[in-house]
Amino acid sequence: MIEFWELIKESVNTLRLNKMRTSLAVLGIVIGIGSVIALISIGQSSQKSVTSQIESLGSNLITVSPGSQSSGMVRTSTARKTLTLADAEALEKAGLSAINSVSPESSSRLQVIAGDNNTNTTIYGVKSTYSGIHNLKINGGRFITDSDYTSQSHVAVLGPTVVEDLYGSSSYDCIGEIIRINGQNFTIIGITVAKGSSGMTDSDDAIYIPLSTAMKQLFGVNYLSSIAIEAASSDVMVQAQNQIGYFLLARHKKTEIAKADFTIRSSEEMLSTASSVTGTFTSLLSGVAAISLIVGGIGIMNIMLVTVTERTREIGLRKALGAKKKTIITQFLTESVILTFTGGILGIIIGVATSYGYSRINSSNFTISPYSVLLAFSVSVVIGIIFGWYPAKKAASLQPIEALRYE
Amino acid sequence: MPKSKAIIIAKNLSKIYKTDVLETVALDNVSFQINEGEFVAIMGPSGSGKSTLMHILGALDKPTSGRYILDSKNVENLSDDELSEIRNKKIGFIFQAFNLLPRTTTLTNVMLPMVYAGIPKEERQKIAEKFLKMVGLSDRLNHTSNQISGGQQQRVAIARSLVLNPAMILADEPTGNIASAQADEVMSIFEKLNDEGHTIVMITHEPDIAEHAKRIIFIKDGKIIKDSTNHQRRRAAIKKEVLKND
Repeated sequence: MIEFWELIKESVNTLRLNKMRTSLAVLGIVIGIGSVIALISIGQSSQKSVTSQIESLGSNLITVSPGSQSSGMVRTSTARKTLTLADAEALEKAGLSAINSVSPESSSRLQVIAGDNNTNTTIYGVKSTYSGIHNLKINGGRFITDSDYTSQSHVAVLGPTVVEDLYGSSSYDCIGEIIRINGQNFTIIGITVAKGSSGMTDSDDAIYIPLSTAMKQLFGVNYLSSIAIEAASSDVMVQAQNQIGYFLLARHKKTEIAKADFTIRSSEEMLSTASSVTGTFTSLLSGVAAISLIVGGIGIMNIMLVTVTERTREIGLRKALGAKKKTIITQFLTESVILTFTGGILGIIIGVATSYGYSRINSSNFTISPYSVLLAFSVSVVIGIIFGWYPAKKAASLQPIEALRYE
Repeated sequence: MPKSKAIIIAKNLSKIYKTDVLETVALDNVSFQINEGEFVAIMGPSGSGKSTLMHILGALDKPTSGRYILDSKNVENLSDDELSEIRNKKIGFIFQAFNLLPRTTTLTNVMLPMVYAGIPKEERQKIAEKFLKMVGLSDRLNHTSNQISGGQQQRVAIARSLVLNPAMILADEPTGNIASAQADEVMSIFEKLNDEGHTIVMITHEPDIAEHAKRIIFIKDGKIIKDSTNHQRRRAAIKKEVLKND
C-alpha cells in the first residue's frame, strides 16, 4: 500500500493537471453542500424567531375565539358574536382550578388622528389583566387599570409603531396628549415596549383602551372578539382547556363538543403549528438542496469516468508494473473523495457566509448547527465514495494488455 | 556448459482468440525453455503471434492451454492480483512506447514498481538514483518524461525494469520508437546487463537488433520455426562462407 499522504499528494497533483475540469466538478458539490448548509441554517433561524415571537405573546396562553372550529375558514356574522363579556366574567368567577386570569378583549381597526397626522390601527378594548397575560410591558406612563374600566374613561395606551406614525418618532414623549379615535378624544396614558411583529399580530401597531369604553362607546357591540386566559402553569394547559371548554359549553347550553360555538387554542398549539410549518419548509428546501447535491455527485462520477478513459494507458502501465486492483481502486477513490471533500469545505464556507448574509439582511438571528456542518462534511465524503466507486472499479478491472494497447 | 536454472519453461502453449464467427489461433502448441543468463530475441513478422507470446510471457495474459512456469512458479492459473504480484517481482518490462507516467519526474517513474512492492520511500529513492546513474541519467532525475528524448525515456524505462531485481527483463520492441544511434546505446546497455547475468527476453522484428541477442527464436503463424544460438548462427555463416569459397 502506498502511504496515505503520498497518495493524497499524488492525487492532488493529478487533479491539478486539469484545473478547469477539476474546478467545474467541484463546483457542483460546492453548490450542493452550500445550499444544504444555508437552507438548513436559514430554516432553523426562522423557526427560532417564530418560536420566540409566539412565546412573547404570553406563556401558558389560551385563547377562546368565537365561532366553531368546524365552521372552518368561513365565519358567519352570528358566529362571530357568540362570546360575551358575561362569558368572560363567569369564567373569572367560576374559580376553575387550572386557570389564573382572564382577559376579555374586543378589537377593531379604526382611524386615529393626532394633530395633522393620522393612521389606521387596531384598537383593543382590554382590562387590566391584558398586559400580564400577553407579556406586554410599559415603557412610559401606565397601563389600563380597573378604575379606567369601571369609569369608562377615555384613556389610551399606544404601541411604539403608532407613536411613530402619529408623532414621527417612537421616542417622542406623547403622554398626556390627546388623540382622536373615530371622533372621540382619548388621553394618552402610556406607551408599550416594542415586541416586534409575530407574523399574525403586531402588538406594536396597536392602541389599548378600556374594554368598557371600547364596547359601549366606540364599537357599539355587546360581544367580544376573544378571551385570553392564562393557565396556572404549563403543566395544566390541557386541563385548563378542558375546564374552559366544558364550562362554556354548559353556559351556552350546548350538549356536544361538536356543536361548540367557540374555539379554544393554546399558545403551545400555535407554537407547534408554526414550528411544523417552518419545519416542513426547511425540510422541503433541504430536499431541493439535497437533489442538487446528488446532481453534483453525478458530475463527479462523470468526470471520474472521463478520467478513467483518458488514463487507460496509465492504468494499464500501473497494473503491468504490479499495481493490484485494490491499489487502483484506492487511487481513484482518493481522487474523487478529494474532489468532493474540497467541494464540501468550500460549500460549508459559502453556505455559512450565505446564511450569515441572510441573517444580516433580515436582522434575524444567525444559527449554524455544528450538526449540519458535520452532516455536510460526511455527506460530501460519502458522495465521493459512492460516485467514485463505479469509475474506480472500472479502472481496476481494466486488463493490462487492453489498457497498454489503448491509444 | 554448466547446467543453469530455467527461468522460463513453456510447454505446449496455445492461445486461441474466439469470436462468435471466428476462431484465430495466435499461438499453436509452442514449447521452449529459457535459462538464467540468456539473452533471447523472439523474432517474427507482424501477425506471427510474437506479441501474444510476449503477453503470456509477461503474465499480462493467460494461455488458452499449456503450461507456463516462470522462475519455478506456475503462472497459467493465477488470479489478476497474483499476476500483478508476479509482474511486479519477477518481470522487468520495457515497452516500445516507453510507457512512462506523463508529466512525472524520471525519479518518480523509476520508483513506481517499488511503490507497489511496498518499499519505504527513502530506500526507493536510493535504489532509483542508483539505477538512473547506471543508465547514465544522474543529471535528469527531476526532469519530467516529456522533457527528455526518446532514447533517454527508454533508458529511464530500463532503470525502472531493474529496480526490483527481476528474474527476467522482458522488452517489447525496445528500439521501435527511437533513433538508431540511441537504439545502439540501448542495445549496449542490454548487452552489459546480460554480461552481468541478467536474463533478457526481447521481442523484435528488426534483424539488426535481434543480432545483439545470443539466441533467436523465430515465430511464424503461431509456431516456432527456428531456434538458434549465436554460436550456431556464426558456424552456419562460416560454413556458408567456406562452401562459397570452395
